[in-house]
Amino acid sequence: MTAIAAAVPPAAMPGVVKTTYRDALRAAHRDALRRDDRVFLMGEDVGRYGGCYAVSLGLLEEFGPERVRDTPLSELAFVGAGIGAAAAGMRPIVEVMTVNFSLLALDQIVNSAATLLHMSGGQCAVPLVIRMATGAGRQVAAQHSHSLEVWYAHVPGIRVVAPATIEDARGMLWTALQDPDPVVMFEHVMLYNLEGEIAETAGATDLDHAAVRREGSDISIVTYGGCLPKSMRAAETLAADGISAEVIDLRTLRPLDDETILKSVAKTHRAVIVDEGWRSCGLSAEIAARIAESALYELDAPVVRVCTVEVPIPYPRHLEEAALPQAASIADAARRLVNHHG
Amino acid sequence: MPSLGADMEAGTLVEWRVKPGDAIHRGDIICEVVTEKGDIEVESWLTGTVEQLLVQVGQKVPVKTLMALIRTEGEGAAAVPPAPAPSAPAPSAPAPSAPAPPAPTPPAPTPSAPLPAPQPSSERTRISPAARKRIEAAGLDASTIVGSGIGGAITIADVEKAMSASQPAARAESEATSVTAIRRAIARAMARSKREIPHYYLSQTIDMSRALSWLERENSARELPRRLLYSVLLLKAVALAVREVPEMNGFWQDDHWIGSDAVHAGVATSLRSGGLIAPAIHDVGGKSLDEVMHALQDLVNRARSSGLRSSELSDPTITVTSLGERGCDSVMPIIYPPQVAIVGFGRVVEQAWAENGMVGARRVIHATLGGDHRASDGHRGALFLRAVDSLMQSPEQL
Amino acid sequence: MSGDIPREHALHLLREMLRIRLFEEKCAELYGEEKIRGFLHLYIGEEAVAAGAMQSLTKDDAIVATYREHGHALVRGISANAVMAEMYGKVEGCSRGRGGSMHIFSAAHRFYGGNAIVGGGLPLAAGIALADKLRGVSHVTACFFGDGAVAEGAFHETANLAALWKLPLLLLCENNLYAMGTALERAQSETDLARKAAAYRIPSTSVDGMDVLAVEAATRAACDAIRAGAGPQFVELRTYRFRAHSMFDPDRYRDKSEVGRWKERDPIMTFTAFLRGRGDIDDAGLDALRKEIESEIATAVAFAEAGQWEAVSDLTKFVYSERPLAGRAS
Repeated sequence: MTAIAAAVPPAAMPGVVKTTYRDALRAAHRDALRRDDRVFLMGEDVGRYGGCYAVSLGLLEEFGPERVRDTPLSELAFVGAGIGAAAAGMRPIVEVMTVNFSLLALDQIVNSAATLLHMSGGQCAVPLVIRMATGAGRQVAAQHSHSLEVWYAHVPGIRVVAPATIEDARGMLWTALQDPDPVVMFEHVMLYNLEGEIAETAGATDLDHAAVRREGSDISIVTYGGCLPKSMRAAETLAADGISAEVIDLRTLRPLDDETILKSVAKTHRAVIVDEGWRSCGLSAEIAARIAESALYELDAPVVRVCTVEVPIPYPRHLEEAALPQAASIADAARRLVNHHG
Repeated sequence: MPSLGADMEAGTLVEWRVKPGDAIHRGDIICEVVTEKGDIEVESWLTGTVEQLLVQVGQKVPVKTLMALIRTEGEGAAAVPPAPAPSAPAPSAPAPSAPAPPAPTPPAPTPSAPLPAPQPSSERTRISPAARKRIEAAGLDASTIVGSGIGGAITIADVEKAMSASQPAARAESEATSVTAIRRAIARAMARSKREIPHYYLSQTIDMSRALSWLERENSARELPRRLLYSVLLLKAVALAVREVPEMNGFWQDDHWIGSDAVHAGVATSLRSGGLIAPAIHDVGGKSLDEVMHALQDLVNRARSSGLRSSELSDPTITVTSLGERGCDSVMPIIYPPQVAIVGFGRVVEQAWAENGMVGARRVIHATLGGDHRASDGHRGALFLRAVDSLMQSPEQL
Repeated sequence: MSGDIPREHALHLLREMLRIRLFEEKCAELYGEEKIRGFLHLYIGEEAVAAGAMQSLTKDDAIVATYREHGHALVRGISANAVMAEMYGKVEGCSRGRGGSMHIFSAAHRFYGGNAIVGGGLPLAAGIALADKLRGVSHVTACFFGDGAVAEGAFHETANLAALWKLPLLLLCENNLYAMGTALERAQSETDLARKAAAYRIPSTSVDGMDVLAVEAATRAACDAIRAGAGPQFVELRTYRFRAHSMFDPDRYRDKSEVGRWKERDPIMTFTAFLRGRGDIDDAGLDALRKEIESEIATAVAFAEAGQWEAVSDLTKFVYSERPLAGRAS
């Protein structure tokens, strides 16, 4: 068989280009603005400034001020306006600079975006994408370092996604725009500079499934967003110790892809959940509960969580690092779970 | 009916110590059971209320027979065997060295979630849900499995190990105290031994001068409580000799010998109230002399105050009986079934001893091996006794 | 009141106001009978605002209203049947009974709901106006809100945004002097609300909200300006609710005499007198009108009574849109 296989000429490999998470996001925006004239981008400093994280750099020049709209610092109004425009048939992308500021728009997201369809008996859909940066790691202190994804993931009526790879940065936006319902997209601040390769032809990715980013047999590390690279590094370390860790990237935080999580746990019988959010009432709590509800008899050890220490994120680097999940703490937790000292 | 020893298949209920409606606490003795090893008091692993007694006094029932129903607090009327994991050691307390996460630098709270604190005792045997499922699927007895997981929980790996190895060492922790029970137990065990085991005997006179001189020097430098007894040297020598002749260590069961890697030396201990028991010092070969001494003291103290754990009674792999100063010259000991060997030491006596053509007075001890001819032959037994002798000539290496 | 209004239109305005009045009186009665539950906020006394303001809106224009929106829905053309069934919570209601009194929706009427968060409708309305503007159509989005909403950040953010972007947004402030129980002067440092909007360079007027013709005239002028591309307009409609904030409100925060004085300016009463004076209607005509409306309402009640409860199995329907499960990526 191998001889025959070898005789078949390899399929032409699609071109691969080097890019960054930021550039992939920008490419996704450009693509969406080109493909659908109902799409427009608005937010603070998305136009002339080029985006706080430079995601939209150059888009104003290409698409003009009507479709790349700078907004005043009025999160409640411009997020609400995005919801209204979506209800009225547009496909807005609203960039809220960071999750920290999104709290000023929480009323519109929770009381309008999430409720209109159900409350109107199915008449008023809100096909809107709200993007925001999230997370800590840049020494910007407590008010700029939140990971409040779970606040949104708690609410029925919205979809919450967290691209953690370059492919998803490139591919989630278009799929989110096709979703008839509001999608909140979280981009971890430490991911924007992530470099990697991507197929030239890379396009939309699904929003329905978690992804197994690394296969393993001893323990499942369930994570998403900014903690994915840390978890991958932890898995490398563990491999050197002879522990085979499987890493699950949730990708979509609501609705959770229970099946992928449970399948992995059924294989490894152990789970570490890594979440930059706080542990109490967090996403990690939700996932742990689902594992307990649906995979209890697959568990060979208690579920363990690695989360941010329950403090406002401090400014000094050493304290910030100590507060956040790190590759080392993830590996430690996994190691203790596998090499339990009965 | 808890399994209180590897060879226990059934037990006869002698007495109920509780009646329906009684509130019981974990650790309370609920009944007394006669086994071939003696009368064993069965303790409850549950706290709750006795709902129903299912076995009558005098009834002999196989191991794992449901004997009583206990309703635990907060539980509806549900059937729970009194000692669910009879033999299942209450999950042995995890090593106190349970890892404290290393303090990060600079010191800060660790972001990782702590593992659940290991708890030395729990209301029930800890079995991971996945392991429990496998145990049920395989029809195993959880009580025969020793947990290695967090908090002593039985894990999948433990179950798999149990499935691949035929495990002789079922254990229990219950207390045996009754003197009459012990007398009866001795009767049953010794009768069975003489009935079933074809003993052979070999003896060797061991020159103890070097060992005792070394011991005296050693002890002269020690505080009284830390001084060693010569029987500690003998125990250690027996354990080490077993490494050379492993057939002496283990059990004869189902028509074949089952060896044991560790040497759990049963120490025949006479009780002040009469009777004799032979509880085990676990893993003598792996212990230092000081550790063996400590274990011996502890064991004798507890044996005499009825504080033994039933695992100590049920799992010696070889027995040593040392008559001590007040004994006589030599002893022809009887093997404790299902073990396959017993080593007896008489008292230390001074006698004329010829060596290198010279006659002198030496302190010697008469060692006798009682061997199970089904498990070993005299030739191997002789090698074993010689090994003991030889080890005693280099006491500093014990 | 100006005298040059055509009789037919004048009678139409009267009919609309009376429809609201009688419909809501029926609602209050049904609330007592426990047919209608939850919150019920009545518009009685403020009818001239909805009736007048809606006249200059076309079917392509959009409307965002508050939780006191039964009147707006009826005038907009949503049938009394659908509104009453919604009040009952029946599946035949205009929101399938999901929303009740506070959440009347009708996509067909571009009626984007009663919004029960004070000020919550303002950003939405701005977004609807933005969508229309981006599409290059000259539709107006009319957003009704109360004096209480003017204290919300949402009002100020939206006014600023709408003015900056010249959105086709008609801001209709129904100033009934009380934010629930808090009187205007106890809640606003500047009680001239039009000045607040004017601060955002939004053309702003105030008008007697008890005079249906004045309301119509002011809103028509504002609509015309919007359609002409002048951007958002603000109209303050000074009105008064005769009944308490909601059915559970003991109404302790205002004088009976104050309510009495306002009732003397009852928009239906004064407009009826005006029409009688012009000879547009007499007692017999009024009686006939009233009977027609009562019949419409009786039909609506019967419709609601006969309606079905939504199956519990549909509980989670419309949390998300129905969509194919596979093939999301393209």
